Amino acid sequence: MKAFEKTEGIVAPLDRVNVDTDQIIPKQFLKSVKRTGFGDNLFDGWRYMDEGEVGVTPNERRVNHEFVLNRPRFQDAKILLARRNFGCGSSREHAVWALMEFGFEVVIAPSFADIFFNNCFKNGLLPIVLNEEIVGELFEAVEAEENFALRVDLAAQTVATPSGQVFGFDMDGLARDKLLRGLDDIGLTLDAVDRIRAFEQEYFERRAWLGTARERVVLDELDEGV
Amino acid sequence: MDWLSLPYAPQSPEAAAKQRMATLYDKIWADHLVGERADGQQILYIDQQLLHEVTSPQAFEGLRLAGREPWRLAANLATPDHNVPTEGRDLGLSGIDDSVALEQVVTLDDNCKRYGIRQFDILDVRQGIVHVVGPEQGVTLPGMTIVCGDSHTSTHGAFAALAQGIGTSEVEHVLATQCLVQRKMRNMAVRCSGALAAGVSAKDLILKIIGDLGTDGATGHTIEYLGEAISALSMEGRMTVCNMSIEAGARAGLVAVDDVTLEYVQGRPFAPVGALWDEAQAHWRTLHSDADARFDVEYQLDASSVAPQVSWGTSPEMVVGVDETTPDSVSSGDPHQADSIRRALEYMGLAPGQPITDIQLDRVFIGSCTNARIEDLRDAAAVLRGREVAGNVKQAMVVPGSGLVKAQAEEEGLVEVFTAAGFQWRDPGCSMCLAMNPDKLLPGEHCASTSNRNFEGRQGHGGRTHLVSPAMAAAAAVRGHFADVRDML
Ligand code: SF4
Repeated sequence: MKAFEKTEGIVAPLDRVNVDTDQIIPKQFLKSVKRTGFGDNLFDGWRYMDEGEVGVTPNERRVNHEFVLNRPRFQDAKILLARRNFGCGSSREHAVWALMEFGFEVVIAPSFADIFFNNCFKNGLLPIVLNEEIVGELFEAVEAEENFALRVDLAAQTVATPSGQVFGFDMDGLARDKLLRGLDDIGLTLDAVDRIRAFEQEYFERRAWLGTARERVVLDELDEGV
Repeated sequence: MDWLSLPYAPQSPEAAAKQRMATLYDKIWADHLVGERADGQQILYIDQQLLHEVTSPQAFEGLRLAGREPWRLAANLATPDHNVPTEGRDLGLSGIDDSVALEQVVTLDDNCKRYGIRQFDILDVRQGIVHVVGPEQGVTLPGMTIVCGDSHTSTHGAFAALAQGIGTSEVEHVLATQCLVQRKMRNMAVRCSGALAAGVSAKDLILKIIGDLGTDGATGHTIEYLGEAISALSMEGRMTVCNMSIEAGARAGLVAVDDVTLEYVQGRPFAPVGALWDEAQAHWRTLHSDADARFDVEYQLDASSVAPQVSWGTSPEMVVGVDETTPDSVSSGDPHQADSIRRALEYMGLAPGQPITDIQLDRVFIGSCTNARIEDLRDAAAVLRGREVAGNVKQAMVVPGSGLVKAQAEEEGLVEVFTAAGFQWRDPGCSMCLAMNPDKLLPGEHCASTSNRNFEGRQGHGGRTHLVSPAMAAAAAVRGHFADVRDML
């Protein structure tokens, strides 16, 4: 995973509450077995007038010019500004992959759904929680100012406006460090391999029905090819 | 990474019980705690992972690229469900016309073969929606920690299992380490007193709860469902309730173990037998919140006041009783709320203040991990017996949750009831719940659906989903518009 330190970029406003993952990346694009190729279909149902199909390129589509991300001024946006409960719905990590591939590095909202929030950290997308009031002000600022950009500093945990306003945000220490260093989660957990093994041994003594007995039920039948 | 030294047996439920004041969630959490990092994140041991074709390919690929092997094969079970067609199942893989979908199903086959993971493949009679298959097979057991790359994993909480939906990176993490790294959620109690009226089901109860709490009402919490209305539910009803916990923002929902739970589990193919059963049962009996356990948030509902529910909008919280009307956006004080009501009404092609029973249906879908188990099919069939689907309904279909549910319904003669009424009888899978396979709505069509999400386009581009119970879906099919099933019993 790429490390995240700071970024500065144009802010695109998505002024809706409860934006769900079905909207972020519709299901027909989940058929891929890869982690890439989702950017063109981010918010597909809103960005295009016609129904999106796998393999159809954006220039064959009817674009919805009303939709905010299609406005020229937001083409290079790096920061998505959203309302509360962003990313609710399914667990599809494709939602995060699509946002990142489109070019977003940061999403700012008053609240996020749990699974989406978690998925962001696995990929290096930074979800920032700011209170409703500040988010409201930022929406107004984007509306008012053509090239409104924000500076985000993860180490300092701040978001700064061009006029010099600085908002602090909370973040879990480990999550922050992992983003800053671009660390691999699995590698970190495997540092504790001895501990996991020791736990497992003790655990299967306490919960014998989940131990080797279960292995026999689950895997033996497999060997027989049933 | 710094580790706090915890004993390897942090706190068994027995020890927790002695301490008292523990919630069910606290107990299961403590039982699986491998260790704690200096920053307070905890390592949780995972007993069972369920895999399907859509969210696992990238996880297996990651595993392969890193040269890692699955930690514990017996902790995994796979089945294809999201993408499989619901017609022509006997054709197996060659029945999948969509080459992209086919690649996913084949990839799951290949990954399971390569690693030696048990799979119920497309031709296996035990194949079905993961959340129907797990409990049906006794793969889901009380007290377990269960994960799946699917947000409706919360279903398994009906068995007092801590079951959570995870993203693909976490699927890979659990494959490789058998652990999840998490912070503990807060405890939320949803207490349902009283008794549900005849014709009002577990689905109506959970829709009402979501309507009250909102889609983010339980974010950051694990819900435990308590009270006499919950105890009175069958395991299937409890699964329906827990299934939709995520629609209130909770990653997991729980119901304590009682006789109903144990009776359901006993004798299932993967459930323990003999002395192991006795030992397991003794433990499972401790899986309830202590009488004086404290919850961070409490919510109460009188189940006897719940009417059959119908969702009118594009979020599961947008739900009302069948005897009510769509809302009026101007009556909402919050401008964002008013805006989302206005947008939803527009998308759904509905007017403010319109009676729910005025909504005409184009299609009816009975299926999904919320409501495709045998009792759901019995409920719907009871309404349909001797009746027919209305002329304006273009399509009504039943998609059983698993091959075994399908076989059971055929044995009970439910199929004849459905087909005589004009319903199509399909093969198991997710089907029109998310319309990744060929079953989908056309733009503008209204569908009475027993699934769990009514998001824009969920059941097809421009489609309009109304979430209801199986009995209400059947009633709507017969009348051609929403109708109060209590009048049709
Ligand atoms: S039935 Fe629907 S909600 Fe359930 S797992 Fe399948 S797609 Fe997801």
